[in-house]
Amino acid sequence: MTDLTQLGVKDIRDGVRSGAFTAREVAEGFNAAVAEAAVLNAFIVTTPDHALAAADKVDAARAAGAELGAMAGVPIGMKDLFATNGVQTTAASHILEGFTPRYESTVSQKLWDAGAGMLGKLNLDQFAMGSSNETSYFGNVTSPWKKAGSNAAMSPGGSSGGSSTAVAARIAPAATGTDTGGSIRQPAAFTGICGIKPTYGRCSRWGIVAFASSLDQAGPMARSVEDCAIMLGAMAGFDPKDATSLQMDVPDWEAALNADLRGKKVGIPREYRMEGTDQAILDSWEQGKAWLRDAGAEIVDVSLPHTKYALPAYYIVAPAEASSNLARYDGVRYGLRDLPDGSGLQDMYAATRAAGFGDEVKRRILIGTYVLSAGFYDAYYTQAQKVRALVARDFERAFQECDVILAPTTPTASFPLGSMNEDPLTMYLNDVFAVPASLAGLPAMSVPAMLNEHGLPLGLQLVGRPFDEQGVLNAGLAIQQRAGFTAKPEKWW
Amino acid sequence: MSVDKATVAKIASLARISMDDAALERMVPELNGILQWVEQLAEVDVAGVEPMAAVIPNTLRLRDDVTDADPLTGGGRQGDVLANAPAAEHGFFGVPKVIE
Repeated sequence: MTDLTQLGVKDIRDGVRSGAFTAREVAEGFNAAVAEAAVLNAFIVTTPDHALAAADKVDAARAAGAELGAMAGVPIGMKDLFATNGVQTTAASHILEGFTPRYESTVSQKLWDAGAGMLGKLNLDQFAMGSSNETSYFGNVTSPWKKAGSNAAMSPGGSSGGSSTAVAARIAPAATGTDTGGSIRQPAAFTGICGIKPTYGRCSRWGIVAFASSLDQAGPMARSVEDCAIMLGAMAGFDPKDATSLQMDVPDWEAALNADLRGKKVGIPREYRMEGTDQAILDSWEQGKAWLRDAGAEIVDVSLPHTKYALPAYYIVAPAEASSNLARYDGVRYGLRDLPDGSGLQDMYAATRAAGFGDEVKRRILIGTYVLSAGFYDAYYTQAQKVRALVARDFERAFQECDVILAPTTPTASFPLGSMNEDPLTMYLNDVFAVPASLAGLPAMSVPAMLNEHGLPLGLQLVGRPFDEQGVLNAGLAIQQRAGFTAKPEKWW
Repeated sequence: MSVDKATVAKIASLARISMDDAALERMVPELNGILQWVEQLAEVDVAGVEPMAAVIPNTLRLRDDVTDADPLTGGGRQGDVLANAPAAEHGFFGVPKVIE
């Protein structure tokens, strides 16, 4: 029998439906693969029983002749930012260690309702703040990829680094991610997998640990465009419990996949040609244009004049929202409490938060507190929200001239863990191509393009109009078909 | 604009994060690096631009005016609410004494 852990979402779903194998066999295969890969540190907790119980339910439903859900029999990894009923949910922070929700996030509930099971809770950058998965309280995640000729542990990207590692290492066929400023797309690019952040509001934020609420969006990470389309369909949908949830029907993205791009225009933003971008990345971008032209699209130049300002605007808006959102961690209602002898309430807050938050989280809370404080609010926060409006307007204008935008996902390939830590700013710059679409709330996807000269994956990014996930997926499919990316990391764990 | 140690101490106090001298010293140049970098936003001409309020235009909905419209958040779940509290006492969140 084929090794079931090599299969993706679509093949598992179809195989379970046709009876080629049982959901239980799939779950057992992945549970074993997860157990073998502990050295990657992709999971904070594993939940093999959850995966088995979901699988047994699917097998029983099939035996009874019931209709099976879109994710039936697919065991997935759940980023540990989604509240899961009865299973520890930490956001990779000490301050939430031991927190066991009594409720289920909307997105995870939808996935279970569609027949998926959970292999475990995936590691991430603490509170999703980071681009290398080095800020987790529960240790770094190691990418399954190695640079040619080197044994250095590589970064899986961040913040969804547990997700990207698990999917690339074939210890999960798919995983949930969340993207605030690139946290789905950058790790997907670093590990040679696909990941899509839908339009802001497509997926409910209810039950997701909040980082920056005007930017946070959930999305799937998997190894093919088809798998992403299937899983996004199961995750998306209106939720009255999220005030920013889009009250729109969820299209059948999988059924409408079409890589024929005749009549479509692909925009190439000239401002994305930035200093400090690897030559191999620029080459992959050129190759991407050729692939999309081959699929029938017309390539046009577009301009996004405020691109340069997107990242600094993001590093005001996101920390400002984070400083407000993270005010809830007070040592009173849940999570860690540090109560020094004889101290009062205010001391308890300060001690709890000092002990519970990691350095990067503290840095962002302090920046956010500063830019929102009296006397500085207009100069920083209001100005950043105005620049954000300009970034969004740039996209609006560009989409009068094209249907989808093609750009690199990242300015570099993956780097060794520990190599970018001397200055927080260097790390922030890795999201320079990802952040503009986040600020504008647009659907955006990374698909693997090729390996660079060191044998490391490079991703290409597609950005679409609001609500046009289909256009993004279709262009992604056209690239996938032409890139023929079949490289996978050699198993060393 | 740049921050000095006293300013960082003030921000940390507003944010309720206890920081010792060494932590403050370390944080000053890091925050200044970030603040100097975001300062470039000042050069953008934003005349006549409204600050963004909603990234995707959406209408705010009203829910039905009934109690317990959503059984998950509608109340009657004291046990669940207190289940993760570091110190739950007599059906309440316990905190250090706040009134002398």
